[in-house]
Amino acid sequence: MTAQRRVAITGAGTVNALAEGVPGTLAALAEGRVGIGPLEFVDVERLSIRIGGQVRGWSAEDRFSRAQIALFDRATQFAMTASAEAVAQSGLTLSDAEALRAGVIMGSAGGGYTTIDDAYRTVYPLGRNRVHPFTIPRLMHNAAAAHMAMAQGIKGPSFTVSTACASSNHAMGLAFQLIRSGAADVMLTGGAEATLCFGGIKAWEALRVLSPDGCRPFCATRNGLVQGEGAAVLVFEDWERARRRGADILAEVAGFAMTSDAADIVVPEADGAVRAMQGAMAQAGLAPGDVGYINAHGTGTAINDRTEAHAIRTQFGATLPLVSSTKSMHGHLLGATGALEALACILALRDGIIAPTAGHRVTDADCPVDCVPNESRRARVDAALSNAFAFGGMNACLAFKRA
Amino acid sequence: MGASSDTDQRVIAILAAQALHDPAGLTRRTSIESLGIDSMGLAEILFAIEEEFDIAVPFNANTPEAGAIDLSTVGTVCDAVRRLLDGHPA
Repeated sequence: MTAQRRVAITGAGTVNALAEGVPGTLAALAEGRVGIGPLEFVDVERLSIRIGGQVRGWSAEDRFSRAQIALFDRATQFAMTASAEAVAQSGLTLSDAEALRAGVIMGSAGGGYTTIDDAYRTVYPLGRNRVHPFTIPRLMHNAAAAHMAMAQGIKGPSFTVSTACASSNHAMGLAFQLIRSGAADVMLTGGAEATLCFGGIKAWEALRVLSPDGCRPFCATRNGLVQGEGAAVLVFEDWERARRRGADILAEVAGFAMTSDAADIVVPEADGAVRAMQGAMAQAGLAPGDVGYINAHGTGTAINDRTEAHAIRTQFGATLPLVSSTKSMHGHLLGATGALEALACILALRDGIIAPTAGHRVTDADCPVDCVPNESRRARVDAALSNAFAFGGMNACLAFKRA
Repeated sequence: MGASSDTDQRVIAILAAQALHDPAGLTRRTSIESLGIDSMGLAEILFAIEEEFDIAVPFNANTPEAGAIDLSTVGTVCDAVRRLLDGHPA
């Protein structure tokens, strides 16, 4: 084949601090509801940062068998629940032959972080000499993708990518490329993360970039990021296949680009961000005036938001799209965040609702974008970008179009 | 002020080690920036100080100016550590 194929999103699922499920999450995003609150886990009292976007009331026992729980880290549990929702919504069925041309690509920054945390607690402070025999298959980064493939009988390309906070954008971008190029027809893709445990927060605390009181991207009073947890999974499908079977197409994945700053391990550079946006727009055939919304990386750190705002000004000049960071509501899901934020892009494209940047108090002259403060807005959006700019200077930008 | 000069010496040793600099060349007026210490280096210094003195140093890299601690020169860092050791806010 010669022509590049189009890629449809035909299903979505999520578990995050705002809600379990896409409808509840989109409603929360539209309302500007904040899901960040006090953290609850063992040893939280030994932390100086005690807030996060935590999934509340999660009962693994109510969802999974004893044998599954022995193998499913919290992140895998979120992934499996999100994956089941996405597949059910898409109405996806795969014949034996089709399963060979379907795959799974997930993003994860931390893998089975709580499994590691629990195992270390067991052998160090508790002084025991044994950990659970499935510690390794639980903690490995590709566990969620593997269990998703097993659950759906998916036998094509399946793996996990780990690029810190850009992981799930890289994952979705690669899934898009596989379908676009004709190497696969259907991909489950997204990210899962569960690092809200003592060790997970303690390590971030040491970097002194976490906010003690809330995530306020692009606000002059912002004072750091707030971690979240959860998963989001999307069904990507060859456009013609989706159309033929009458699937409900949520949006089109139209472009993807990845760049590297090659500069600093934690400090972002505007140039890499600009090149990522440029590349995604070029592949999607979008001019600056075509893009109505950007879901920003918008972590709420002083330097990210300043750098990103300047990168957006550089790329868009006078035709600035609306820009919001939904991390202000669900927190920063690290390797899963881009997948969850793709849902905010779908909300903009499909429903014409721009999710706000919550928690906004004071305009920052150093962040010259319209960040849709505190209240969602109605707008007809034909194309949207989703940015992810990770530690390591690794950038991944996706371009979506209204179906 | 034997105790405080001992504190100063320990703080200076930490700063000098981070800057790959001879401690003898550091004075109270030496600026942290002039030592080539960036924000990552500062995070390492605060970690070393907290470990050395068993104290918690309040500092958020996002809001350095709003923090209660002045990390601009060798002298201000020493003073802040001494105040924290005395149980006062930095």
